[in-house]
Amino acid sequence: MSFCFNDANVAKIEALKKRYPSAQALSLPCLWMVQYQEGYISLDAIDVIAEVTDTPAMEIYRVATFYTMFHLEPTTQKRVLVCKTLSCKLCGSDAVLEQLKKHDVLVEHVECLGSCGTAPVMQIDDVNYENLTPTKVDAIVEGLR
Amino acid sequence: MREVAIVSRKFAVENSHTLSVAQAHGAYKTLEKLHTLAPLEIIEIIKESGLRGKGGGGAPAGAKWALMPQESERPSFVVINCDESEPGTFKDRQIITKDPHLLIEGILITCYAVKAKHAYVYIRGEYAQYQDVLQGAVDEAYVAGILGEVDVTLHRGAGAYICGEKSALLESLEGKRGHPRLKPKQPEPEWYFGNPTLVNNVETIASVPFIMEHGAAAYRAYGTEKSPGTLLFAMSGHVEKPGVYEAEFGVSMMDYINHYGGGMKNGKKLKAVIPGGASTGVMTAAEADNVQLDYESLRSMGLSLGTGGMIVMDEDTCMVSVLKNLLEFYHEESCGQCTPCREGTGWVDKLVGKILDKRGSSEDIDKLLEVAETMNGKTICVFAPAVSAVIVSFLSRFRDEFEAAL
Repeated sequence: MSFCFNDANVAKIEALKKRYPSAQALSLPCLWMVQYQEGYISLDAIDVIAEVTDTPAMEIYRVATFYTMFHLEPTTQKRVLVCKTLSCKLCGSDAVLEQLKKHDVLVEHVECLGSCGTAPVMQIDDVNYENLTPTKVDAIVEGLR
Repeated sequence: MREVAIVSRKFAVENSHTLSVAQAHGAYKTLEKLHTLAPLEIIEIIKESGLRGKGGGGAPAGAKWALMPQESERPSFVVINCDESEPGTFKDRQIITKDPHLLIEGILITCYAVKAKHAYVYIRGEYAQYQDVLQGAVDEAYVAGILGEVDVTLHRGAGAYICGEKSALLESLEGKRGHPRLKPKQPEPEWYFGNPTLVNNVETIASVPFIMEHGAAAYRAYGTEKSPGTLLFAMSGHVEKPGVYEAEFGVSMMDYINHYGGGMKNGKKLKAVIPGGASTGVMTAAEADNVQLDYESLRSMGLSLGTGGMIVMDEDTCMVSVLKNLLEFYHEESCGQCTPCREGTGWVDKLVGKILDKRGSSEDIDKLLEVAETMNGKTICVFAPAVSAVIVSFLSRFRDEFEAAL
């Protein structure tokens, strides 16, 4: 399957090119665009980004695999990021993880999400759900359907 | 405790993220005054104010600004570090959601002083929902003509703690892996695609409008002589009211925790505090009783003030599992560039895991300290030395707990 940026993203890329001294700076923005457009980043998409950014495809692949938020494999399940770092751990992230096992979601244990004052936290589709309890977890995950 | 709101002055105002509300509360007032001063005069004011970088390092901001060339054939850039990823730290997200125009105002002053026409705000990937609020403010500022002569571009990271390190951040902003760069021998600016660049934390730049409006002396009226002004200190963990509360440097840690945090959760006893983000080491309750929140006081204990994000732990907390949790973090987040860090973070994580599982021996404690020593001072950036210091701080204060777990 080949990859093409959709029209909205093509326009975005043209606008962004004017805002950076070099096209290589567009690698992260382009990787994000691919991920939102396709749900994951395919090797074909990496070839296209390499052309846009005038950078070797291998370099884009290196970048895509360095950052934990980029996914190179598709999934049909909903991704749920659960913070497992200290403040969340102290405030009950283990119970959140336990509760999530009862649901059909793809749980990713991630490092600090910056919600230490409202711990524990999980993130779904870029939105933080804070001050979680097992009951809240059920309500939120069931509300996703 | 003296109440003070320099950066947080509009936090309680409803809809202060919108331009009209922000302007009704004084936003962008300093811009009229700005052009009556020469760029170098502004840098002088920042120097006099004693403003220090609030991203964790605490380096003097004015001296950093002064490194930027006033005459340059190449364009200069300003980069705002909003990669806030230090565990226990959640202050910059308050600024970009509750008073984004304060940051934009600070950016405009900074760009004028260092003769930059373009500023990038590098925001951690996990903050997409907060980035949207800041982008809304930037868009409004463009429409109102506040931005245009100077451009502000938001750039989203994608999940890498190390990108909070300024040279790794610039690598990432150039579209590469976030690998820290070697430090130059002499003081010089940072470089973005070979162009002179100033990198400052969100809160540092958000402190600039107050200094412009009221002068360096007004800023120095708060804090201590060497740590002037205020910080958005924060608390998380076992306190009644965790959160971000601005206070002046030099206040007593326990006064802060009791006054703003409402004391310990469920009336438990305090056991330990990590003073300013995971990488600043750990202190005992007795030490917390006698410490002031400023850079020098923490430094004199062999710890750091860091970002001022305190993680508070009660009497029931197992310090071996706390260290294990932090070492998992470091193992996951090591960028992998330097061998002592890439391999060392794995080894120390394994060793503490072994002790936690009650499979350890006293040799493992010795080995842990030995690996920590090997990691210190042999890498490109301060990540590994910080991990090393964290391990030593736990072992020097809570060694009995580690020995009891053997």
